[in-house]
Amino acid sequence: MSKEWPLWEVFIRGQHGLNHRHVGSLHAPDAEMAIMNARDVYTRRNEGVSIWVVPSAQITASSPSDKGPLFEPSNSKVYRHPTFFDIPEEVGHM
Amino acid sequence: MYAQLVKSEGTKTREEMTPEELAFQERIDRGEKIEPKEWMPEGYRKTLIRQIGQHAHSEIVGQLPEGNWITRAPTLERKAILLAKVQDEAGHGLYLYSAAETLGVSRDELMELLHAGKMKYSSIFNYPTLTWADMGAVGWLVDGAAIMNQVPLQRTSYGPYSRAMIRICKEESFHQRQGYAIMMKMAQGTPAQKRMAQDALNRLWYPALMMFGPSDKDSVHSAQSMAWKIKMNTNDELRQKFVDQTVPQAEYLGLTVPDPNLKWNEEKGGYDFSEPDWSEFYDVLAGNGPCNKDRLGARVKAWEDGAWFREGLMAHAEKAAARRAQAAE
Repeated sequence: MSKEWPLWEVFIRGQHGLNHRHVGSLHAPDAEMAIMNARDVYTRRNEGVSIWVVPSAQITASSPSDKGPLFEPSNSKVYRHPTFFDIPEEVGHM
Repeated sequence: MYAQLVKSEGTKTREEMTPEELAFQERIDRGEKIEPKEWMPEGYRKTLIRQIGQHAHSEIVGQLPEGNWITRAPTLERKAILLAKVQDEAGHGLYLYSAAETLGVSRDELMELLHAGKMKYSSIFNYPTLTWADMGAVGWLVDGAAIMNQVPLQRTSYGPYSRAMIRICKEESFHQRQGYAIMMKMAQGTPAQKRMAQDALNRLWYPALMMFGPSDKDSVHSAQSMAWKIKMNTNDELRQKFVDQTVPQAEYLGLTVPDPNLKWNEEKGGYDFSEPDWSEFYDVLAGNGPCNKDRLGARVKAWEDGAWFREGLMAHAEKAAARRAQAAE
């Protein structure tokens, strides 16, 4: 019986110098075909200037059930946000 | 649109829910998105696979009635536009298959279920496209009905489905407008062209109304799907919205909607209209529409004829990988 083409995750960088962004996934036999398919599936309207493809099996994801403990350290550090500090108006823009 | 009569698994009251199910329902009620690896009730997962799969199949089978006219488009420009539209449908099918795959089913499995007649696609694609005017009517009515259904689904609770819908909706408006542009050309053309446009509307009006699925009083699976936010509006709500939007567009074209009972109802702020023939709808879903055999036959043939190509590319990829591994040693 035939084997299903593996799954790839597709990342595209748009026109304006932003990061590559995950746009979806697709099936392809190899990396070269994954890029070609990604062009046809995800950039039919000039959405990108660069494509990355990664075998989906190679992605390691954080576990949804660990969401609490994993992100807790940043939750408890409000002083990382500039608005934590009151700066008098006389000081001017900072 | 494209999902009619999706069977939903059981409906539980809050008292009957397990603590996990209750917490899940509360997340949905708060408007949170559910993501692939998170806990979800088995019924939610199964219903979504059915619905997204049916939606994906509709996009793919939906290429056939329009593909029928690519070689006979009246101008090179129309041909290029139709080709781009049909290519979009393939893309939409692929976005949706990948959304379904995040629920633990593979694309090939879904294909096999379609080919075995165990999964459905929208009844609309079992009607033939007899003239060029049908390309106009399909874009205008069929894609119009699809948009009606898909816009609210952008807010559906399942993250990957919602994201696929957002992509699709961005592209769908082109489909409807190119269809309406064909209708305008025909309706403002020679008397023969106008007759063709009217004939297309006559044949496709009721099948388009059927796209929203059976009347709410007969729609047994809606309540659970709506609680889970994988269905956002009832079938009748969407059908009413579609009629209200489409009738003035038909009037602009100078065409007549083929319904003697169509009448503006001031009180409800919408049109009264005739229901489609539901026995025809169930008959088409059961496989007895004018084109069911052709459509499914074409899909199965494409799948089987393409097997050597899929397998060949896979064999090439494996060989190349083996060669690279050897060279690295």
